[in-house]
Amino acid sequence: MNWLKIFYNRKLRNKIHHSWMWISLGIVFVLPMSLFIGLMWKSAILLNQQSVFDLLFSSEWKPMAGKFGYLTFIVSSVWVTMIALLIAGPVCLLTAIHLTQYAKSWVLKIMAPVIDILAGLPSVIFGVWGILFVIPLLANHIGPFFGKSVSGYSILAGAIVLSIMIIPFILNILIEIFQTVPKELSEASLALGATRWQTIKFVLLKKSSAGIVSAFGLGMSRAFGETIAVLMVVGNVVHLPSGVFQPGYPLPSLIANNYGEMLSIPMYDSALMFSALLLFVIVLIFNAISRLIILRSSH
Amino acid sequence: MRKILKIEERFYRVLMFLSTTFIGTALFVILFSILRTGLPHLSWEMLSEIPHGGYYFGKSGGIFNAIVGSVYLSLGSSLIAFLVGLPIAMFINIHLIRHTKFVAVIRFLLDLLWGVPSIVYGAFGFTIMVFFGMRTSLMAGIITVSLFILPIIVRAMDEVLRNVPKGLLESAKSLGSTNSEIAYVVYFKQCLPGIITAWLLAFGRAIGDAASILFTTGYTDYVPHALNEPAATLPLAIFFQLSSPIPEVRERAYAASAILIFIVLTVSVVSRILSCKYNKNKINF
Repeated sequence: MNWLKIFYNRKLRNKIHHSWMWISLGIVFVLPMSLFIGLMWKSAILLNQQSVFDLLFSSEWKPMAGKFGYLTFIVSSVWVTMIALLIAGPVCLLTAIHLTQYAKSWVLKIMAPVIDILAGLPSVIFGVWGILFVIPLLANHIGPFFGKSVSGYSILAGAIVLSIMIIPFILNILIEIFQTVPKELSEASLALGATRWQTIKFVLLKKSSAGIVSAFGLGMSRAFGETIAVLMVVGNVVHLPSGVFQPGYPLPSLIANNYGEMLSIPMYDSALMFSALLLFVIVLIFNAISRLIILRSSH
Repeated sequence: MRKILKIEERFYRVLMFLSTTFIGTALFVILFSILRTGLPHLSWEMLSEIPHGGYYFGKSGGIFNAIVGSVYLSLGSSLIAFLVGLPIAMFINIHLIRHTKFVAVIRFLLDLLWGVPSIVYGAFGFTIMVFFGMRTSLMAGIITVSLFILPIIVRAMDEVLRNVPKGLLESAKSLGSTNSEIAYVVYFKQCLPGIITAWLLAFGRAIGDAASILFTTGYTDYVPHALNEPAATLPLAIFFQLSSPIPEVRERAYAASAILIFIVLTVSVVSRILSCKYNKNKINF
């Protein structure tokens, strides 16, 4: 009964726990490295043939001819992300102020599960909602309102779906940031005769301005990498978008849409892995900057 | 002057109220529009049968294969993530409690990993698969998804373990406990509801994510019997069926989304109930 010893020998148990712990922690340290190396290894074939500059700033996408220009996809991604942030940003900011400064306890009791559930809904559900609700709304009401006949599958549809997806994410960070602002500061301002709104404007928002910017940065990088929901509503046409009612083709959709045929065309798998690498690097940089700002401002 | 300030405050308060209701309404509209379209097409046949011949042309069958595949996938991956994640969370909060710099680095790294899009994990999982010569299979999917949810589960458990009062650690140490005993006897019991909630959170993420398994799990009309077989999953079933031109197939996709919503809502409600119930047994200081 050798294995029973493990249960009775406290030191041995402690040793096993200790080494298992180090191995687990090792995984966390190795993972980002291996993500980068793994994607780099695959996209090296493409990078050997074309310079990064050519890849990023050319909009010629002809996989059959071996021409890979990512500009179309990057521009689409930026459009979708920016519009999503424009919608989600003000809503999140106002709601976060409302929930932390004004709201009564029954509002909090309702909103806490609402935010939780919204954050936990799978992205494919948002995509289905986009098809059921946003697309008809754009095609039948908003498009005609601007005097355009549109199919609905457009950059704007992707951005609307995305904005709802990132709202709970940004909101949670904002609430956390507002809660770390010391109460004494607000109290001092109120004691000096400032109104509640003046206090919010000149104390709370000023004190947490760096945090707000980085919360938006985190939301942006979340939006940048979102795949399935956007893919389902954005239209997926390879051309440089010139308006919000036109279809786009963001980077994540490019990867998800073409995985099936990627082994049948030479260099295509390498090209798709390069776009994953691109996504990884961009999101990582945005995330790192935002997190560092939050860390610095909280000290 | 005072009056202008009052008007300004009132204006912004109305805006704030509107944006809060906007978020609440958004959730309601999402759930309502999907359930209204999906529920009428939901039937026992859909829940209990695998696709029969001609299913994708509107003939009979169900998505039992996808439901089972999703449950296998998310149970497996959340179990792996739990087994790897719990020691990390314990490590940060018990062993390294004095090394605040090192802990800050680990937390920073975990936050970065959390932000990496799931499609990148999917692409990475695919490269690993190619590297080791594996086929699309349940195993490959489980590994990819567990990498994807690892930072989520660690950070969630870390937030819970962080709030354990230091006095508990000190008194356990002064009684002569080893670190492993502190971790799995004292802290584990104290934080059980939070740990279960973290696990449920990871489970919900795993069952809902489609981008990371797109490359790795494959798709099949049969219920998987082994780890090296491909498996169907609910999000992909919804995604594929929705791109069909045949209305019957699309209606099934809406019904499948209703099932997915139901699963995710159940997970969320259960975690709420659990954390309320178990918090009673907690030692308070």
